[in-house]
Amino acid sequence: MTIKRRELLAGTAAAGVLLGSPTILRAQNAPIRIGEINSYSTQAAFLGPYRNGWNLALDEANASGGIDGRRLETLFRDDAGKPEDAVRHAGELVAAEKVDLLAGGYLSNIGLAIAGYAKQNKKLYVASEPLTDAIVWSQGNRYTFRLRPSTYMQAAMLVEEAAKLPITRWATIAPNYEYGQSAVKWFKELLAKKKPGVQFVAEQFPALGRIDAGATVQAIAAANPEGIFNVTFGADLANLVRQGNTRGLFERRAVASVLTGEPEYLDPLADEAPEGWIVTGYPWDKVETANHVKFRNAYRAKFNDYPRLGSVVGYDTVNAIVTMLRKGRSTDTEKMVDAMEGLKFQSAFGDVEFRKVDHQATLGAFVGKTKLVNGKGTMVDWRYADGKDYLPSDAEVAAMRPKDS
Amino acid sequence: MSALVVQFLNGLASASALFLVACGLSIIFGVSRIVNFAHGSFYMLGAYLAWTLTRGLGWVGYGPLGFWGGILIAALIVGLIGVLIELVLLRRIYQAPELFQLLATFGVVLVVQDLAMAIWGAQDLLGPRAPGLRGAFDVMGQRFPEYEMLLILIGPIVLGLLWLLFNRTRWGTLVRAATADREMVAALGVDQRKLFTSVFFVGTFLAALGGGLQLPREPVQLHMDMAIIADAFVVVVVGGMGSVGGAYLAALLIAQLQAFMLLVPDFEIAGLTISIARMTLIPSFLVMAVVLILRPYGLLGKAPSHARTQASVEPVVRATPPILAKLGFASVAAMILLPLIADEYGLMVATEILIFVLMAASLHFMMGPGGMASFGHAAYFGLGAYGAALAAKHFNAPMEAGLVAGPVLAALGGILFGWFCVRLSGVYLAMLTLAFAQIVWSIAFQWVAVTGGDNGVLGVWPSIGKTGFFYLSLAFAVIGVLLLRRAIYSPFGYALRGARDSALRADAIGIDVKRVQWAAFAIAASFAGSAGALFAYFKGSVFPTYAAIPKSVDALMMVLLGGVQTISGPLVGAIVYMGLHEQLVRVTELWRLVLGIAIIALVLAFPQGIAGFAAKRFAKEDGA
Amino acid sequence: MSVLSVRGLRKSFGGVEAVAGVDFDVTAGEMLALIGPNGAGKTTCFNMLMGQLTPDSGTVSFDGADITGLPPRAIWRRGVGRTFQITATFASMTVAENVKTALMSHRGDLGRFFARATALHKDDAIALLDQVGMADQRDRACGVLAYGDLKRVELAVALANSPRLLLMDEPTAGMAPQERVALMELTRQLARARDIAVLFTEHDMDVVFGQADRVIVLNRGKLIAQGTPPEVRAHKAVRDVYLGAGTTSGGH
Repeated sequence: MTIKRRELLAGTAAAGVLLGSPTILRAQNAPIRIGEINSYSTQAAFLGPYRNGWNLALDEANASGGIDGRRLETLFRDDAGKPEDAVRHAGELVAAEKVDLLAGGYLSNIGLAIAGYAKQNKKLYVASEPLTDAIVWSQGNRYTFRLRPSTYMQAAMLVEEAAKLPITRWATIAPNYEYGQSAVKWFKELLAKKKPGVQFVAEQFPALGRIDAGATVQAIAAANPEGIFNVTFGADLANLVRQGNTRGLFERRAVASVLTGEPEYLDPLADEAPEGWIVTGYPWDKVETANHVKFRNAYRAKFNDYPRLGSVVGYDTVNAIVTMLRKGRSTDTEKMVDAMEGLKFQSAFGDVEFRKVDHQATLGAFVGKTKLVNGKGTMVDWRYADGKDYLPSDAEVAAMRPKDS
Repeated sequence: MSALVVQFLNGLASASALFLVACGLSIIFGVSRIVNFAHGSFYMLGAYLAWTLTRGLGWVGYGPLGFWGGILIAALIVGLIGVLIELVLLRRIYQAPELFQLLATFGVVLVVQDLAMAIWGAQDLLGPRAPGLRGAFDVMGQRFPEYEMLLILIGPIVLGLLWLLFNRTRWGTLVRAATADREMVAALGVDQRKLFTSVFFVGTFLAALGGGLQLPREPVQLHMDMAIIADAFVVVVVGGMGSVGGAYLAALLIAQLQAFMLLVPDFEIAGLTISIARMTLIPSFLVMAVVLILRPYGLLGKAPSHARTQASVEPVVRATPPILAKLGFASVAAMILLPLIADEYGLMVATEILIFVLMAASLHFMMGPGGMASFGHAAYFGLGAYGAALAAKHFNAPMEAGLVAGPVLAALGGILFGWFCVRLSGVYLAMLTLAFAQIVWSIAFQWVAVTGGDNGVLGVWPSIGKTGFFYLSLAFAVIGVLLLRRAIYSPFGYALRGARDSALRADAIGIDVKRVQWAAFAIAASFAGSAGALFAYFKGSVFPTYAAIPKSVDALMMVLLGGVQTISGPLVGAIVYMGLHEQLVRVTELWRLVLGIAIIALVLAFPQGIAGFAAKRFAKEDGA
Repeated sequence: MSVLSVRGLRKSFGGVEAVAGVDFDVTAGEMLALIGPNGAGKTTCFNMLMGQLTPDSGTVSFDGADITGLPPRAIWRRGVGRTFQITATFASMTVAENVKTALMSHRGDLGRFFARATALHKDDAIALLDQVGMADQRDRACGVLAYGDLKRVELAVALANSPRLLLMDEPTAGMAPQERVALMELTRQLARARDIAVLFTEHDMDVVFGQADRVIVLNRGKLIAQGTPPEVRAHKAVRDVYLGAGTTSGGH
């Protein structure tokens, strides 16, 4: 109603140019637009490779004919790490740029903010990276899907390995925000279930990006644990490793560490990368499955650089969207959502499915041990942990999701 | 026992690191009274350059000379960059109203962030470890890193060198004199410009040195500037601005608190688990709040001899010129008609700007007529947003109730915090507002059971459509601004301005200065709260970022950019700042660089703020 | 009947007695000058009368009521006006607005958030300014006035609460000699006409002996003499203090 009036006014207001886009014509030839929102200025280390991976998949899709002859195009927006900015971009992308769907998100709260927007405005949102469980469970909604293995899944993968160790006294170190808190919560809960009798003797929650590593190491050492569960990453991790190594914190202790095997976090540690940690990650140079080799070669050819995990996430987000569009053959939001539910697609890591029950993808991660080779950290004794094996039962999941999702 | 000793040593090492950054800031503030936001950027640049000189260039076989030489040369280079910035930027605006230089240094922060990313890339860079100091000492059976031991020594050594510099050289004597009484030094015929430049060099050199010395401890990365700046300010204020010894004492106090709190086990009060060890970000601000309440000028600071009572004479507030009133009327009329011509996106942008107009107007009310600058106005914006969101989440309150609950909560916050704040003045008052804002932020961030922590409160959507919400925001902004304007022209407004102009005179004609300021504080808080409540419904969710430092900075920038001295200033500032930000992000990835340059250009072009400049032109044309 | 009555007033700073037991009275309509060499304790004494400092001991009574230790604003509310050695006015207001603010404070308007101040007490403000000869400058900003004019504005502000007592700390400091006499002449007329007691400190002996009805002399915190100008002029202790210090007027 209001739209009609507005168009009428626009027409009479001598803004004739604005009318030059008849919607029918546009639907046939105009590109399909994806609005992508991410913390490019504040999380640049992760998101550079991510965007490369994204563009690689986008070019591949367009080179192979696009979607029924329509090109796929992306509008990138920088949320500067602020959820409120992300919501503004979402509004701008949908209202002004008329994007067909939204994607992206690195920080959990930004993912949740966009998911909230998607639900309110009935737009499809494919969350690529945010790890929070809430986005598909307690705050899950019909319009939101998430690709990357969640905090729960990462913790479950490490618990499987940690439970095999002959130790019972654990300490945890995690950044003090939702991701760190839930990783610790799940690790404790799942490990206790798997191995009754384990004790958690110390917990440290340094502020994200602000770890006082010496003091934190000392506080952990004072509790004398047999094993350490680490969730810190980036600069915090580097500080922790340096102080921990010099002070002997990791000697004769097992360490299980989330994400540390990802090149994003392992490579900056260079020759000081820890050895023997059980980690989730991505040994990019060693995975030789057909899908991955094809991806890796294409990536190296295009960017003259090796892929990081972010590259895979970007690449697979586009792959999922492309597969969905080709399956549903429509850019109508409800039809796209229907196509996303239960969507199976080929990821760089193999078969992946977006589960109908909670919209979580079954993309997995690699679990293995860190080792120094030629002055660089890498993963050894690794295996691919398929995401579908590290999720709670459908009944449990359904109970967690809101009724109206 | 040994654990406690080692933890004490850890605290000493961290104190040294903190002190090195803070002392430069303190010296610069002491002499030039510039609140230098870019200090963190110099710290970061020092670390990056030191990385380049010790590892990045790929030289082989660095000895100790290469390592220490690299850090020193990097600090010298950054010191020269500081001189350059002082010469071309700050020197031109020393005469501008207080805090205006803050705006300029904020522009520098933005520029440096993008330049650093362009030069050194996004990936964290791990620096080399100090040659010969990779190992550890044995301290009562525990290992303690050699480099940390060195840091423990460097702090007092630098402190001692600075003492010698200040007490045994003519330059130092001048700096001390200028810190105590700037006008006096000027009267003695000392070339202030040279003194300021040299002080700026020493300050930035020390910041960069602090950054370089972090190389063996933490990787160099793009968040270093923001991570350190708030802490550095806290140390400077707690120690007493301009007092180097105070800075060391403050650094020691805060670092030891932070080290030992990690050892405090969790406990329960009334079923609520309290984890002191997790609250690592709070103690520095708590210490600052307590110190400022007990000792208004910091541990070793002295009250400035000439409390800048009349340093910048505020212009007379006159009745609105008819043409400006017409212009205001026309803009409101245009806004009412906006939904007829603008699309959904246009309305969205306009709604957001309107909300920030209200926020900026509320800050201006306490900053301009009230003379109380706030570095923590986001606290009340955030309280307003949480008031609305929590009412909706926990009590299923409708939007109408939420829009009341928000400002009420913010006003309560304003009444509580304001009571303490109005006992101080100037930068000290501003820093106390920052401390309280950080405490609000921490509660929002850490009281997960109620606030949802950093995942926020979701699903707070308005009960009306987008056009309706635009009109609601318009009504709030117009009525809010008119009410605040009315208050400025009311008897209360005169009392408030009187208290700002001369507390002595105000007191002598029966005005209770503190009470008037307290009331103004609470009023400003409640209007910021209504902006926050609107924002909550506008975004559909509330996060701790609403109460975080960047929001406070945004509000401050709007007011300063527009001009503190005119009532239309915050409105113009909000529109220009938000508009620039919004459009730049759409068109360029280097938006911080462009925004930073734009801010610097605006600062140089309009040292009275944009509206202040226009008002001056007006006055001239009026022949007044 | 004395308007102001001071008994046994004492104040010391770090062991030094700035004011060491002072007694005096001021009666309505009287011009009382408080004089003494630099450091005699005049300003300390003044600040205790006005509430800026709390005495260590002693009492200050105004109109028979004890006002010792009350804050300045409370003392003002009882009917005491004051001017400062270095003028303190509101620089961001016009001359008329300065007076109006004092009038609004006196009449209890300052708690009003939404009333328009422009219309309030306009005529009264102009009338006060008229009395000090500043009515034609009423719309000028206080920040740009000449010093002598500022002193007159302060006087008008001090009169806004129809005071029974006026405290003037160095009212003519920084003014040209002929201006000084004119200002104090004006003050005297106003005091007479309104039956106001005036206590002022002064360095200019021409002003003191020309305008004061009575003079009290302070030295090293103690009252050493009081009486009419001729009496004080002839007083030996006063002559010792002043001649001994080598100054007869204008201590700076």
